[in-house]
Amino acid sequence: MKEQNPEVLLRVENLVKHFPIKQGIILMKTIGAVHAVDDVSFNIHKGETLGLVGESGCGKSTTGRTILQLYRPTSGHVYYNDQDLVAMKGEELRKMRRKMQMIFQDPYASLNPRMTVGEIIGEPLMIHKLANRRQMEERVEHLLELVGLSGKFSNRFPHEFSGGQRQRIGVARALALNPDLIICDEPISALDVSIQAQVVNLLEDLQKEFELTYLFIAHDLSMVRHISDRVAVMYLGIIVELASRYDLYHDPLHPYTQALLSAVPIPDPLVEEKRKRVVLVGDVPTPVNPPSGCRFRTRCPIAEEICKELKPEWREVKPDHFVACHLIKEII
Amino acid sequence: MADLLKVSDLETQFRTREGVVHAVNGVSFDLKEGETLGIVGESGCGKSVTVMSVLRLIPTPPGKIVAGEAIFRGKDLLKMSDEEIRHIRGAQISMVFQDPMTSFNPVLTIGRQVAEPLEIHQGMNRRQAYDRVTEMLDLVGIPKSRDRLNDYPHQFSGGMRQRVMIAMSLVCNPSILIADEPTTALDVTIQAQIIELIKELRDKLGMAIIWITHDLGVIAGLADRVLVMYGGYFIETAPVKSLYATPTHPYTLGLINSLPRVDSDVQCRLESIDGLPPILMEKPNNCPFAPRCTYVKERCYQENPMLMETSEDHFTACWVDTLTGKERA
Repeated sequence: MKEQNPEVLLRVENLVKHFPIKQGIILMKTIGAVHAVDDVSFNIHKGETLGLVGESGCGKSTTGRTILQLYRPTSGHVYYNDQDLVAMKGEELRKMRRKMQMIFQDPYASLNPRMTVGEIIGEPLMIHKLANRRQMEERVEHLLELVGLSGKFSNRFPHEFSGGQRQRIGVARALALNPDLIICDEPISALDVSIQAQVVNLLEDLQKEFELTYLFIAHDLSMVRHISDRVAVMYLGIIVELASRYDLYHDPLHPYTQALLSAVPIPDPLVEEKRKRVVLVGDVPTPVNPPSGCRFRTRCPIAEEICKELKPEWREVKPDHFVACHLIKEII
Repeated sequence: MADLLKVSDLETQFRTREGVVHAVNGVSFDLKEGETLGIVGESGCGKSVTVMSVLRLIPTPPGKIVAGEAIFRGKDLLKMSDEEIRHIRGAQISMVFQDPMTSFNPVLTIGRQVAEPLEIHQGMNRRQAYDRVTEMLDLVGIPKSRDRLNDYPHQFSGGMRQRVMIAMSLVCNPSILIADEPTTALDVTIQAQIIELIKELRDKLGMAIIWITHDLGVIAGLADRVLVMYGGYFIETAPVKSLYATPTHPYTLGLINSLPRVDSDVQCRLESIDGLPPILMEKPNNCPFAPRCTYVKERCYQENPMLMETSEDHFTACWVDTLTGKERA
């Protein structure tokens, strides 16, 4: 029964994040807003991996950061175990943060070069006053071994490590507080191909061992297919399609998902030869002034008049398969 | 078909404070008229240095081409005077770089920059050059190209800038186009646009292409022949279909198996290659992949294998037959 009624760990409701654009020197006037995330809703079930894919600038990282309240949302709610994070602040919020951690994209920028590895991994323990010095050292050593590094590395500095090893340090830091939810913000896109597989395998092993829940943000659709249970596709601040991995890759409904999937090159010349690509024309419009109605309509190969006028509804067209598109009925 | 470019035993080194880095350790390859060659490898394996050496774009010092030759239309590019090679670069062999954000001059208009090779190599005046540039920009799909000649690079999006870059590289009708990870900085849908564009231009203009990438997917639909590079050596070269159907070198095998595919549901663990790529502070006497290899044998630590023909037109530098797991005779 757990399969059908999975426990919801995180519920995101109508999340909106606009960044103001300001002009002026002393008296700054707000002259517009970047609509980074616009009315996004989804659930993350306990123990699953939800993949969040989209092109650069579509708002996927902003979504991740807004969930953790690293950015305060413009409106909307984020419920973690039915507690609204948006309503919390100060100490209360800090306590909740123990349960939610983040792994960042760039392992070169996300580790302080002046801190030793031990200090980096141990810092969360210190901040939350969960360990004394000796306990911290033991925990750091344990964490380093957990992510496949030697426990003796804790006195070294980040520059002594390769990209893949640094990302392991980032993973160890995220694990330090025994979180339930880890938001992985493109954790492998800065790494070489042969190293990517190492880090993904590590994330999968840790998930099994500690029953972690992941929000896996990425632009690599192949890797997302490998790691996710369900996948959400984002375009210009909105989620256009959300479905189980099987449904999304076997039966993509939204024209953007279809185009995105057909754009991914497949490492097999025989398949590539026969493939027919849906090549989208043009670029992603600016999020400062997103198109009216459906945001994808400017590049959509099947757009009609209605797409210009009405914002498409977020509908469940098949069990657990959600799409925001006016023309889906016609496609089925 | 005739060889357009024949590179043999190319060796390039860099002198650094920590010692000499052996970036390219004696590589050879041929490029035929109209052929598309893919060079695949991870960062730091020497793929960019290889083509930069051929075009003599290696900063010297610290870099130095130590040995080898690169015969283009009967002449050795590596022995030419600076003046001679300048006539070839941008005119007969041109290059598209990875990052369209940093490879343009931000203070010159697009028109000036794309016209520059025409003014230098073909002695055109500004007006003639601008006509040709407009034609070229149309060809690569820049809308309202005539109006955009006076725009600056920052006024173009990443994908558009890469289109302009391609126009600039093809404006003198080169016979070889070298593309150094031209789509790595772009999103997948834009990458698809650029790849389709290059294929189209290749059919129209018939130039040969050397495409450098770390993405085995991109090259599968594009190249005729693929060279896999590791630690400054070519470790496997084969026609594209043969390479993907029967990868023979343990590194190529590992790379292909470590890639999840968007079109399949195999949910087993990804095969990963343990360890790290080598830092080439000394020229290895053994196989550079040996420390990470699962097929490794005694001999791999004693002798560095050279490329050997393992099946027709398929060359592998490995002492072990990965099909049987036994040492090659």
